[in-house]
Amino acid sequence: MIPNIPPLNAHVVIDKPALQTLFDALQTAGYTLVGPTIREEAIVYDEIGRIEELPIGWTDEQGPGHYRLHERGDGRYFGYIVGPHSWKKYLYPARLTLFQVRKKGKSFAVKTGEEPPPKYAFIGARGCELAAIGVQDRVFLEGPIQAATYKARREHAFILAVNCTEPGETCFCVSMNSGPRCDSGFDLALTELDDVFLLQVGSQIGAEMLAESGWRPAGAFELSHARRLLAEAETQMGRTLETRDLPNLLYDNLEHPRWDDVAERCLSCMNCTMVCPTCFCAEVEDVSDLTGENTARVRVWDSCFNPDYFSYVHGGNLRPSTRARYRQWLTHKLASWIDQFGTSGCVGCGRCITWCPVGIDLTEEVAAIRGEG
Amino acid sequence: MYATQTTTIAPEPMMPFPAVIKHIQEEAPGVTTYALEFEDTAVRQNYAFQPGQFNMLYLPGIGEAAISISSDPAQPETLLHTIRLAGNVTQAIARLDVGDVIGVRGPYGSAWPVAHARGLDVIIVAGGIGLPPLRPAIYHIIRHRQEYGQVTVLVGAREPVDLMFPGEYDAWREQEIEVLPTVDRADDSWEGRVGVVPMLFYSLRPDARKTIIFTCGPEIMMRFVVYEALARRIPKERIYLSLERNMKCAIGFCGHCQFGPVFLCKEGPVLSYNQIEPFFSVEEF
Repeated sequence: MIPNIPPLNAHVVIDKPALQTLFDALQTAGYTLVGPTIREEAIVYDEIGRIEELPIGWTDEQGPGHYRLHERGDGRYFGYIVGPHSWKKYLYPARLTLFQVRKKGKSFAVKTGEEPPPKYAFIGARGCELAAIGVQDRVFLEGPIQAATYKARREHAFILAVNCTEPGETCFCVSMNSGPRCDSGFDLALTELDDVFLLQVGSQIGAEMLAESGWRPAGAFELSHARRLLAEAETQMGRTLETRDLPNLLYDNLEHPRWDDVAERCLSCMNCTMVCPTCFCAEVEDVSDLTGENTARVRVWDSCFNPDYFSYVHGGNLRPSTRARYRQWLTHKLASWIDQFGTSGCVGCGRCITWCPVGIDLTEEVAAIRGEG
Repeated sequence: MYATQTTTIAPEPMMPFPAVIKHIQEEAPGVTTYALEFEDTAVRQNYAFQPGQFNMLYLPGIGEAAISISSDPAQPETLLHTIRLAGNVTQAIARLDVGDVIGVRGPYGSAWPVAHARGLDVIIVAGGIGLPPLRPAIYHIIRHRQEYGQVTVLVGAREPVDLMFPGEYDAWREQEIEVLPTVDRADDSWEGRVGVVPMLFYSLRPDARKTIIFTCGPEIMMRFVVYEALARRIPKERIYLSLERNMKCAIGFCGHCQFGPVFLCKEGPVLSYNQIEPFFSVEEF
């Protein structure tokens, strides 16, 4: 029997429970599925296998320093915004052994590589998150040296994107031109309608995974419904960020009094950098066994808010003040990132606002420096 | 499978290669030079560096430190690293002997613009442990002496005993390089100048149209070097500084060495003053 596979770039419709056939096909193809699920009163990304593990009927109300789960009263699968996790948890793990070293007499031998590198299927990546993956691609893959562990994960990843029809109070992807629609960089892009999922086929493997789904070509009503939902979403951003001449605005205001103001509120707790889907700073540590014969070189997420972060080779803290650390973070994210990688480091997902324990809002800080606060 | 390091392209760019300590030379109190040779013949033969670049030195179970190469780039089989005792890694290196092994990866970073400096007068300004990263440039200039105009080395240290490589100054002078040492605090043995390094500019008459400056040392010293150079109308784009930060990955992935838009491990450590001017005087930046 010839498998029933939709053509590339087609828009098709599946019944909602048929999403399980896609999960099954991905698992059969050797993917580890990771997607949204509820843990400890938050929607996080974790390994899943069944559609029942998705946060069906739940949403996450967000604001500065505020995150609460609520039942929606409907059966939406993807009716939430985004939680504290991002896909960097899988592409750029918080803790990862880069290689192992074993002593050999006075010398040593090095063992590299994971066997095999994990093969993930990401379920439910939003437009802002695809943009964030694109930003990290530039950091880790497009320079003179490629990050081997990132590359291995990225190349094998399957992405089921979700067009976002649920922007939240802290969202501003429209300002950052990263959503709510998913334009590229996915294998399948899903739009959740009332009774069905509308799927855009972005790759051959995406098409193949739909073989058992009972898909049918999307009709004009479904396509226009999806278009309307996305158009509405664009108007529902909780925040805006004026990006006009932003790098120069920040570079020209490195001594602005607002940095002192924000330093009064900032706890230098690093939450913003942990939840940010693009922040990539890391430390490398040695972890040895008790014999001292075997050592792992382990990369661990670090943060520019860490008091030990910026130092000279010969010791001495470069940025003892919170003012300097917050300034470093914001100018890197919104200004020097563009000089370094040709793109802003911010995708407008709003996580740093939601998960800041004191509700510092970078859009507000920028507006204040712009003189609009 | 554990295998001895080979020269195939490393799947993990931060993997070190074992190198043997061939020689240890004490330079000053707390400052020692280690001569390193890669164990693997192919790695040793394929290695090349430019003056001003650095390596990451690694001790299993301890960690890594960014250390500039202080030897002649024309002789890359033996790599000299002049190290000041400071952190965990350098203190652990201090406990090693000839024949022990250090992990090395590199070279990384930008170089002193020795090609751009051809035909120009060169003023090299070093403070303390700033001379080791400049010595490869001096060796390069000596090997190609006719390509350069007047060459001056201004070198300072806290006390006479802290001066780097004083035994070489006469050999440099024989190559028509003016070497002017100074110390902050003299002792009975000292017959030279006393004072901070930037003051040595007052004994020079640089021709601003054809002078280039390479400087490395404490940031406060480099600030005054820049000040003195600009006062003599030497253009910003011909003042080169080597900036130092605690680099962790050396390949632009870890973020630690950022200086404004610059990753000092990639675009630096050697930068021209016009590249860094907007950020050089911002405190805690």
